[in-house]
Amino acid sequence: MPGIPKPHGGRLVERVLSEKRRLMALEEAKELQKIDISKETAVDVENIARGVFSPLEGFMTKNDYESVLETMRLEDDTPWTIPIVLDISKEDLKKKGIKEGDEIVLEYNGIPIAFMAIEEIYDWNKKYHAVKVFKTDDVNHPGVARTYGMKDRLIGGRIELINSVENPFERYTLWPKETRVLFKHKGWKTIAAFQTRNAPHMGHEYVQKTALTLTDGLFINPLIGRKKKGDFKDEAILKAYEVLIENYYPRDRVVLAILRTEMRYAGPREAIFHAILRKNFGCTHFIVGRDHAGVGNYYGPYEAHEIFKEFPDLGIEPIFFREFFYCKKCMGYMNEKTCPHRNTEYVIRPSGTKIREMLLQGKMPPKEMMRPEVAKVLLEFGNPFVE
Amino acid sequence: MDEEKSKKYTTVSIPVQLYEKIKKLIEGTGFKSVSDYVTFVLREVIASIEEEEKEEVFTKEEEEKIKERLRALGYID
Repeated sequence: MPGIPKPHGGRLVERVLSEKRRLMALEEAKELQKIDISKETAVDVENIARGVFSPLEGFMTKNDYESVLETMRLEDDTPWTIPIVLDISKEDLKKKGIKEGDEIVLEYNGIPIAFMAIEEIYDWNKKYHAVKVFKTDDVNHPGVARTYGMKDRLIGGRIELINSVENPFERYTLWPKETRVLFKHKGWKTIAAFQTRNAPHMGHEYVQKTALTLTDGLFINPLIGRKKKGDFKDEAILKAYEVLIENYYPRDRVVLAILRTEMRYAGPREAIFHAILRKNFGCTHFIVGRDHAGVGNYYGPYEAHEIFKEFPDLGIEPIFFREFFYCKKCMGYMNEKTCPHRNTEYVIRPSGTKIREMLLQGKMPPKEMMRPEVAKVLLEFGNPFVE
Repeated sequence: MDEEKSKKYTTVSIPVQLYEKIKKLIEGTGFKSVSDYVTFVLREVIASIEEEEKEEVFTKEEEEKIKERLRALGYID
């Protein structure tokens, strides 16, 4: 694929009020009905406004929403797999007299985040939604539980960003406009994106470095935001990557920046969603590993690989990797394609569960599983996991 | 929600001989129908045509402003 791809849908969305307009808007906002949104929603409002979710210009209206559930595409046939919706209760609608055609203000913690022009208010079926997106209606699935906790109506319409959401990781926040200029400045024509919600172990490092042998640059893009209990804390992930890159990566071929959005744990559907967002950042390739965006045993380990076959028009090339492991006999990091000893005693797998157990006990995982520098940084956190 | 109702389709005519060829071609490939295959191929073709269209460019001014921020964050020298 030659050169930085066009944004998804052909155009990078920008729905941020200019400074001049913003001052006037703050006055106007005082007169409008307001609805409170969560921090996660506020963060996604900014993602829409700054083009991370291009071509979306707001929260989905009914046709797009239903089309995404049924066909994994927007109504205009553009691939899109995760519904981006805003919920509201019937009581709030009634109490505030909100109706289609109104302009409202979305607020987080009393701060106006965005204007929203309400195009449509519609019903939805949470169980149906869960089965379509998560392939289960089991409430033990974190995505399903979250869906069932949402309010009973959805509102769709375009937004305009008034204020950014507080961001403790400003230093590592880049928007698609910025990464596109950055990649161009570096002269990169091919860029592999790596999505992660983990601190890096040796298996991750070898996946990334193998991809980097094929491309000009590597974009390490940890997902920062609400995660489930037991996942790595955001700060821990970033510190771990800082030390890994400093010690073991060619600095001129790697960019570390965050993606602020919550994990949905929608497995294969979320793999496509993650790829689309990285295309918007200007990446040409997207690394898809084992059990991408999975949780528990809800998805097959390579189901996220299979789903890419349904999207010949995605506009970003997936790179599929199977599991990497250390082989004592081969004396190096291998995978099942390169090593004949994968089911023997020679193999040390960088098991996430084992690494987690050791870190929680204050122990250094073996160097074949995790770089000592990375383990040391994580151990300094005491408990580096979400509680 | 009625699944069939929410899907929208139209009919395109192709020569019967071509239809038969495709039908044979897709046996055992995972494509459920000739329509599925034709949709897949057309999406692929359209995506490649769209990708060849001119790349989005920023104005010099815009690009300089972005570079300033990238410098401030330490991404470029």
